Amino acid sequence: MEAFGLLMHGFAVLLTWKTLALMMVGLVLGIFVGVLPGLGGPNGVAILLPLTFTMDPTSAIVMLSCIYWGALFGGAITSILFNIPGEAWSVATTFDGYPMAQQGRAAEALTAAFTSSFIGSLVAVLLITFLAPMISSFALKFGPPEFFSVYLLTFCSFVGLGREAKHKTVISMSLGLLLAGIGMDTVSGQLRMTFGTSELLRGVNFLVAVIGLFGISEILLTMEERLALRGHAAGISLRVVLRVWMDLPKYWVTLLRSSFIGCWLGITPGGAIAASFMGYNLAKRFSRDPESFGKGRIEGVFAPETAAHASGTAALLPMLALGIPGSGTAAILLGGLMVWGLNPGPLLFVEHKDFVWGLIASMYLGNVVGLVLVLTTVPVFASILRVPFAAVAPMIVVSCAIGAYAIQNAMFDIWMMLGFGVVGYVFKKIGISLAPFTLALVLGNRAEDAFRLSMIGAGGDLKVFWSNGLVGSITTLAIVLLFWPVIDKAFGSVGRLMRPAKAPG
Amino acid sequence: MSNTEIEIVVDDPTAPEADSPDVASIRVVDVAVSLLLLALAATLGFDNWRTGIAWDSTGPQAGYFPFYLSVILAGASLYGLVAAFLSRKEAAESFVTRAQLRRVLLVFVPTLLFCLATQFLGLYVASFCLIAGFMRLVGRIALWKSLLTAFVFTAIMFVTFDIAFDVIMPKGPLEAALGR
Repeated sequence: MEAFGLLMHGFAVLLTWKTLALMMVGLVLGIFVGVLPGLGGPNGVAILLPLTFTMDPTSAIVMLSCIYWGALFGGAITSILFNIPGEAWSVATTFDGYPMAQQGRAAEALTAAFTSSFIGSLVAVLLITFLAPMISSFALKFGPPEFFSVYLLTFCSFVGLGREAKHKTVISMSLGLLLAGIGMDTVSGQLRMTFGTSELLRGVNFLVAVIGLFGISEILLTMEERLALRGHAAGISLRVVLRVWMDLPKYWVTLLRSSFIGCWLGITPGGAIAASFMGYNLAKRFSRDPESFGKGRIEGVFAPETAAHASGTAALLPMLALGIPGSGTAAILLGGLMVWGLNPGPLLFVEHKDFVWGLIASMYLGNVVGLVLVLTTVPVFASILRVPFAAVAPMIVVSCAIGAYAIQNAMFDIWMMLGFGVVGYVFKKIGISLAPFTLALVLGNRAEDAFRLSMIGAGGDLKVFWSNGLVGSITTLAIVLLFWPVIDKAFGSVGRLMRPAKAPG
Repeated sequence: MSNTEIEIVVDDPTAPEADSPDVASIRVVDVAVSLLLLALAATLGFDNWRTGIAWDSTGPQAGYFPFYLSVILAGASLYGLVAAFLSRKEAAESFVTRAQLRRVLLVFVPTLLFCLATQFLGLYVASFCLIAGFMRLVGRIALWKSLLTAFVFTAIMFVTFDIAFDVIMPKGPLEAALGR
């Protein structure tokens, strides 16, 4: 009940004309970046972040999170109408969404996508409302070894559970951690890895790297491919919306299952991509008519969209409660919090109640307003795709440069952004994931500080990470997750050996 | 079913041809990236070793943590190098075709020139030149449309950042002549 009272306080903080206006601006900008090919949630948030530098933290984070919700909604428009998944997690939506559009049921597919996005996000926001304060009050008991073990768990689960080649995840993560260490050492004040360059004294700013890695590299990648779009325009009538909503109870098992999968994979760093595919595959597996999937079945839109959005939203839970982002976009939002001098983690709930509960309230309100907005403005946003890419691309480049410069007022950062753009392009093409890099760049200094403080406290004895039940369990779990593929394989082999051989004939 | 359904078609006149020859395979780029990362790991590792990787009275020295990260990066890069050499799939897969590379350069070179121009002409003049030039030369869009779009976008950026949000961008001789 305490959470409910605090949430009401959050709504009171939020319900001002200024914040509501910013919410609308954020949602429109978000849908815009979601619809544009070559942009998406993380890119949009990274590029538009400098817009919020002069705002107060609550207004700023409300606007940024609304850009995120808007981008999540906008991604479904291109997936269904144009068969172009704006994000990897929208791929599964195209399986049935695009066939529905081809059959003249685009409005139905879009309504299903937006509604299920809303349901997925709502379930995750409820989870955040009631779980985040509990986790953060538990985390208040954490010391440096516990925090380091949680960081280790995050890093190890990325390596062990990720779908990419393991060595590539290690490369991405260690490179991010190394770049985070450039500049002045926070403990001793000594300079590291600056090679006598005054520009590197500031270190590598996380946002500059993200703008280059996501914004510029996406422009290069999008430009590389053919951009002849062929799709459907759609307007959504109230009749279609009501019909889809009336049918919703029929799919309650799918919606609930996908929400659960999404929340689970959002909190652990499984991510929205895995969630959407898992949601879709399970809906197909448990269906009485699995053959109809991929041919325009509405359940095939409900399942991945619910799971992806529940995952995207639930990724904010570890960010708020522990200061550990569950996704790339959550990592960018976390970077934003640091820019405003806020320290994400358990203390945030104690020191900045207005901010935290204002943000959580904005998640509810942003989703409701977003749903109404997308349902009423689909034709407008779908027509954005008529704008030639040759006009959109240089505008995005300029926005990226403005964003990179505005962070520290340094021309060097614009060059660094360009360099990271090339790195992002090459890394994406050779299969080095950028999410662990982003995560490591954000958490690098915190992880190192936690490690050094733990080691100083223990006189250099690594046993400190097994010094009590809590830290020992987390560290052991981290190691298990790191070697999970090997363990899983070993269990599989043992299982096969234990199974009785089939009798011949 | 909505009765407002119409088809949207946006054709791309500069789309790359499908039969363009490969410039490099994934394997070649993977090997090159692994070698570069290996060199980076060696450089950073050496610098951190010089900074100090031992223990003193205040605990681990400043180079301790990044030094071992350099070792991990070097190990993963070495593994990547060997894996790239052994992979048959990577050797067969194309990293970029000539037509694709041409298109990537079509956006990369103007971006590079834009960064250079920002340093000498200021961000807004460079932005105007990039947008107008790109739309006209790459997109083959009518000159008046290109100039108008560039002007309107640059003006919106100027009003948003320099005036409304007070984020001061780099200025050049034109802004100086106009008193900004």
